Amino acid sequence: MPSVSDVVRPAGIRGAAPHRLADPALWLFGALILLLAFLVANPILRLIWDSFLTADGSLTLSNYVLALGRSRHLQALLNSLMLGAAVTLLALALGVPLALAVSRTNMPLRGLTHLSVLAAFVMPNFLGAIAWILLAGPNAGWINRLWIALFGGAGGPLNIFSFWGLACVIAFYTFPLVYVFTKSALDLVSTELEDAAAIHGAGKFRTLTRVTLPLVLPSIVGAAILIFLESVALYGTPALIAIPAGINLATTQIASFFENPMRIEQAAAFAMPILALTVVMLDLQRRILSRKGFVSVSGKGGERRPYDIGLWKWLLLGYAGAVALLTVVLPLAILVLASLSKAWGRGVATGNLSLANYHAIFFQQLTVRSALVNTVVYAVVTALVCVGTGLCVAYATQRRITPWPGLVQFLALAPIAVPGLILAIGLYAAYAGPPLSLYGLGVLIVIAFTTRFLPIAVTACAAAVRSLNPELEEAVRVLGGGRITVLAKVVFPLLKKTLVGVFILIFVVCTKELSTAVFLTGPASRVVSVLTLDLSEQGNYEILAVMGVVLVAITTLVVALGMRVAGRDFMLRRP
Amino acid sequence: MSKLALKNIRKNYGPVAVVDDLSLDLHQGELVTLLGPSGCGKTTTLRMIAGFIELTAGTIEVDGQPISSAQRTVAPEHRGMSMIFQSYAIWPNMTVAENVGFGLNVRRTPAKEAQQRVHEMLELVHLAPLAQRYPAELSGGQQQRVALARAMVVRPEVLLLDEPLSNLDANLREEMAQEIRRLHDEFKFTTVYVTHDQSEAMTISDRIAVLNLGRLEQVDTPWKLYNQPRTPFVAGFIGQTNLVGGSVRAGRITLNGLNGELAAQPGMPQELASARLSIRPQSLYLGPAVAGAVAMGWVSVVSRTYLGEHWNYLVRPRSGGELLKVHAPPSCLLEVGQECALAIDPGGVAVLG
Repeated sequence: MPSVSDVVRPAGIRGAAPHRLADPALWLFGALILLLAFLVANPILRLIWDSFLTADGSLTLSNYVLALGRSRHLQALLNSLMLGAAVTLLALALGVPLALAVSRTNMPLRGLTHLSVLAAFVMPNFLGAIAWILLAGPNAGWINRLWIALFGGAGGPLNIFSFWGLACVIAFYTFPLVYVFTKSALDLVSTELEDAAAIHGAGKFRTLTRVTLPLVLPSIVGAAILIFLESVALYGTPALIAIPAGINLATTQIASFFENPMRIEQAAAFAMPILALTVVMLDLQRRILSRKGFVSVSGKGGERRPYDIGLWKWLLLGYAGAVALLTVVLPLAILVLASLSKAWGRGVATGNLSLANYHAIFFQQLTVRSALVNTVVYAVVTALVCVGTGLCVAYATQRRITPWPGLVQFLALAPIAVPGLILAIGLYAAYAGPPLSLYGLGVLIVIAFTTRFLPIAVTACAAAVRSLNPELEEAVRVLGGGRITVLAKVVFPLLKKTLVGVFILIFVVCTKELSTAVFLTGPASRVVSVLTLDLSEQGNYEILAVMGVVLVAITTLVVALGMRVAGRDFMLRRP
Repeated sequence: MSKLALKNIRKNYGPVAVVDDLSLDLHQGELVTLLGPSGCGKTTTLRMIAGFIELTAGTIEVDGQPISSAQRTVAPEHRGMSMIFQSYAIWPNMTVAENVGFGLNVRRTPAKEAQQRVHEMLELVHLAPLAQRYPAELSGGQQQRVALARAMVVRPEVLLLDEPLSNLDANLREEMAQEIRRLHDEFKFTTVYVTHDQSEAMTISDRIAVLNLGRLEQVDTPWKLYNQPRTPFVAGFIGQTNLVGGSVRAGRITLNGLNGELAAQPGMPQELASARLSIRPQSLYLGPAVAGAVAMGWVSVVSRTYLGEHWNYLVRPRSGGELLKVHAPPSCLLEVGQECALAIDPGGVAVLG
């Protein structure tokens, strides 16, 4: 008989059962929730509070009268709503056909099309805007000049500094959201549902319009709402295009409150209608998406066959190619060319090409180099903090460890409902002045980015934690391991890949982020997005192009790395 | 003194009592099975013993020390128990040896001793050659053995098993049930085993506690549970049975709709004006009476099914009682509508009160 059985009386560890407050996990999660409350509640409450304050600190409603009482300001709000509607329509036109083509048809080059959408997602919208200024500026834009060279005449056909120019550029870099929502819904539609329509006599077109599209309609509407809100709240592209075009938008109006004389309280008051609109529409979106009537999202059963759409596939492929050309290929090409030009206005000519700009940003113009370094450092730190906090919050709420898990989850997700530029007002009010006086410090940017992107991390981590069988964790507990051991030995190792994906996703969105940073950066904490605005104002497009190319190179590298580790689809997953 | 005692435990979810006033005592080294249909509260009970679910009322004690009550729940990691889960819960990020050694590691067992014990335990479950494999490379049965080894190597105060065989295919299930019983005989851990499968429960258990709708119906050895069920639910859940109305007078049992009387066995109620009785189908005989069986009059065959090992007959007493299920040997060949004599072996009759 083996010696294992020599001791029949088990060696128990029950005798030393400590008090429940001795569990270090409780303290960890408790501290985390305090941090969360501080990060989230502080700026949002300050934003609302300040909107009722005069400059010397007494309560008033005059901010609302001043901010919303002028017709110019109301026109700005109206313009933003119109812009939002226009962008939404364009983004739907771009995203839905591509999602259908990739998910449901036998169009060739589906993988490449998917990659091109990913590239459009990774591309910062302010860089896209710069590229389109270079391509379609009214006089010097390369497309216009090509037109004049070919057909003569006084001017080219395109003017990016217009309402529709602005709407197109924004749509080019927001449509991936429509694509992701539609595609992930389509991926769950079982072919059997379509076969059922076919066997009852519906043709392919009728099946598409009567069965497939209605099934994924909630997802499309959900994405449309997000796009609308995002374009209303966007600051980067409007600052680059709308201001020169003379279109006053809500966000540019908010920015003008920050010019001398600074009127933060009015900015806060002006932001309230947008904040309210966002909250209401997000609630609507959540309700549309959570409707249970649509069985398509069960994700089970049935094989999936791509539709043979005959010759139409070439038409679709042409469309996908055109979208890729407009959103990714042309802009990147023009940026690379401009970055290699001594003066981009002279076009592609011998003698105009040089690597001098690259030399300049790395060895001469230290502002650009430090902005690049800042961007990468802040993005890495933010991503680390977000992943760590996100995992703990998601774990604590999913496993109901903390009291009121619903409230904790709500806190962690609340920043979603605050548009970046508006959050920036609150962040400015909360941290820029005394007692914290963080203005111009890198740590403020990290706090700002963390507050803004924590919801992404929490949502992704919650999905990851839900995918774990709780029995794996209970097995640790019952064998004598505490909650910290559970996290360190089981949860973290098992979710490593997913967490790398979340890390990279947050890294990428940080490199693209402009609106939260714009009021908070000082000379020493400039990031690429903010510097882009400055350089664009100076008309220094060559240097700007170099900076953009380097940034895109860095993010591409990081995303490629992420795809190796976390799988092809980790970026373009429905949130 | 009992090793593990559940005293009037109750668990409410809102107004619904999932476990209702359940009491159960386990001796040191005993293997007791909680048996019942899904939703009967058996898994909830097990998870309350493990400390994952807090009690609404009652106490759970180990060695006379309370570990769970409505006021205080000792965390699972401080109970010195171990558990085998329905999904096995083998950590896929650790090798077999790391999985098995985990509990010893957490208990800060010296590395050398831990290694030794892990090795011996793996030998015992025939997994020693696979010690360095990852769980994904193992079959279902092998994963099950890892779970067993992992739970037993720490010498738990109480070993808990939550439907451990439900994910295995039928023939492997029987083999693993025997394996669990073998390991239990070797180590004599106090064990609570949860299952909904009665044959599994009969194979493994010292005693079986039958649960229904959150209440304990009966706790007994497999033999007594089958032959002396005390409630209609137990009689119907453990094996097949016929439930018949009747009465007991002065130690003589009469069955409604049947002619003839049976003697009540010792230990049965001797006087009961209105009783429910359970009669096992294999204690009913068709045709000429067998030695020891009591003739009960004539019946006619209503339907029949041949299952290879025996016939399933459904018969109606000529005097008009309820339909009865009868298991008859293959040689007993009767056509539908045919009449024949019925006899009962008194050993297969239980008075349910």
